[in-house]
Amino acid sequence: MSKFDRFGLGLAKGLALTGKTLLSRPNITVQYPEQRLDVSRRLRGPELVWVALKCTGCATCAKSCPQGSIELATSQELVDNKYEVVEFLVDHGRCMFCGLCVEACPFDALYMGRGYERAAYRRGDLVLPKEKLQMSADRQPSAYCRPEMEAELPLQTLLVYGQTRAKR
Amino acid sequence: MDWLHWLFYVGVILGAVPVMVMAFIWLERRGLGRLQLRPGPNRAGPFGILQPVADAIKVLTKEDIVPVAGDHWVHFVAPLVVFAPAMLVFTVIPFQEDGGLVRGLVPDLNIGILYIVAVSSISTIGVFMAAWGSNNKYSLISAFRSMAQVVSYEIPLALAILGVVLAAGTMSLTGIVQAQAVPFIVMQPLGFIIFFIAATAELNRTPFDLMEAESEMVAGYHIEYSGMKFALFYLAEYAYTVGISAIAATLFLGGWKAPWGVGPQVGVLWLVVKILLVFMVILWIRGTFPRVRVDQLMGFAWKFLFPLSLINIFIIAAESLAWPGLPWWLLFPNTAIALVLVVVWSGLFRLGGGRVQV
Repeated sequence: MSKFDRFGLGLAKGLALTGKTLLSRPNITVQYPEQRLDVSRRLRGPELVWVALKCTGCATCAKSCPQGSIELATSQELVDNKYEVVEFLVDHGRCMFCGLCVEACPFDALYMGRGYERAAYRRGDLVLPKEKLQMSADRQPSAYCRPEMEAELPLQTLLVYGQTRAKR
Repeated sequence: MDWLHWLFYVGVILGAVPVMVMAFIWLERRGLGRLQLRPGPNRAGPFGILQPVADAIKVLTKEDIVPVAGDHWVHFVAPLVVFAPAMLVFTVIPFQEDGGLVRGLVPDLNIGILYIVAVSSISTIGVFMAAWGSNNKYSLISAFRSMAQVVSYEIPLALAILGVVLAAGTMSLTGIVQAQAVPFIVMQPLGFIIFFIAATAELNRTPFDLMEAESEMVAGYHIEYSGMKFALFYLAEYAYTVGISAIAATLFLGGWKAPWGVGPQVGVLWLVVKILLVFMVILWIRGTFPRVRVDQLMGFAWKFLFPLSLINIFIIAAESLAWPGLPWWLLFPNTAIALVLVVVWSGLFRLGGGRVQV
């Protein structure tokens, strides 16, 4: 701080700074519907992703759920030494996304999701059956509690990584 | 043909000023966005150019709420009292040279600048009427602040204008423009600085927007207004900003005069360019400086602007006596005097450096 800052030089410095931003236009606002940021790789997103092939129907997830929002039923008889999962119903309206079911799953059959646009107009639409819970293009699993997946996922968009703009 | 002249120019002013105000609202919001690292409104139309139109339609369809305990008539009239003077300012602004295509409504009014100073103080009464009619404590505090601020800053403003009148030898705005062989911003830099700061305070724009300080009193005097009445306050604020920019362009930047003799036929375009220039600087200042405190506001007016404007008048008067006609080389001593005075005078007092000092 120089001696002349009190005599009006400080005002000029401030004007110069804003003038620089006016000309250099470092626009950091994300134009949301067109531009999206990459979310955290370990996001506990508002959805569960279920892998039918790995699931044995042990219902550890349903037992670990503090909200009791997972319903699971298997068939009565063994087929190929395996119980078929008949019903797997998750009420996302009651889910608090604590991730305990994902941590509890002994066969890595359940993942937290990476999506975040899961609003619905009716409560009933938030109760998802097993067909809708499976992995698809817009239903990707996150690396929460699955650290081996982390390397493949893109880094979160953050100013600390030197990314000032979102990827188009 | 006299009535035709009046009809034409009243139409021009009533049409051109709101269009200009809408364009400037868009410019301000986009420019302010750029200064604050964001894009500004960019959804309505290309570059968000239809945003003022969308806002106008929205505000027209809003419910008009009048406080039950308020003074209904005063509440109704106040927006008009604020808005009308902002339009009246434009009646005496000369658009072009004598014999030009569009000259202005009464550009030769022999007390033009006195008329502007008189008319522009009326809007303060409207502000107080709005506060009184609303029956709201925040509105009243805001109006008190506005009164104190306008009374304090009107003096340096008028004294800075007096320097221009002294140099030009006339109060007619056409005469003042014609007297500027060299624009008065170069000839009287000190006067321009004082005029500009005082005018910003008169407009209640950002470094001096205590009366609508969002963090202290929500929106100030128009807190109880909604719908078109609120829109009138909003329009008046910008129309008055454009008006002050026009006055600054006329008094200090040479009005319609074409710099370096480029295109003297389109003087009105030069005037618009100069208005735009002044407006951009006001916008730049709004995007840069934080709001001052009440004690800093008053101290700045009475300890800095007021004495400097008196000194400015003495300098200009002495120069006009010694060298009648004020030759162009006087700009060198005047610039030096302005620099030295600003630096020396700001060292003479403190504005409470971060704490309230009683």
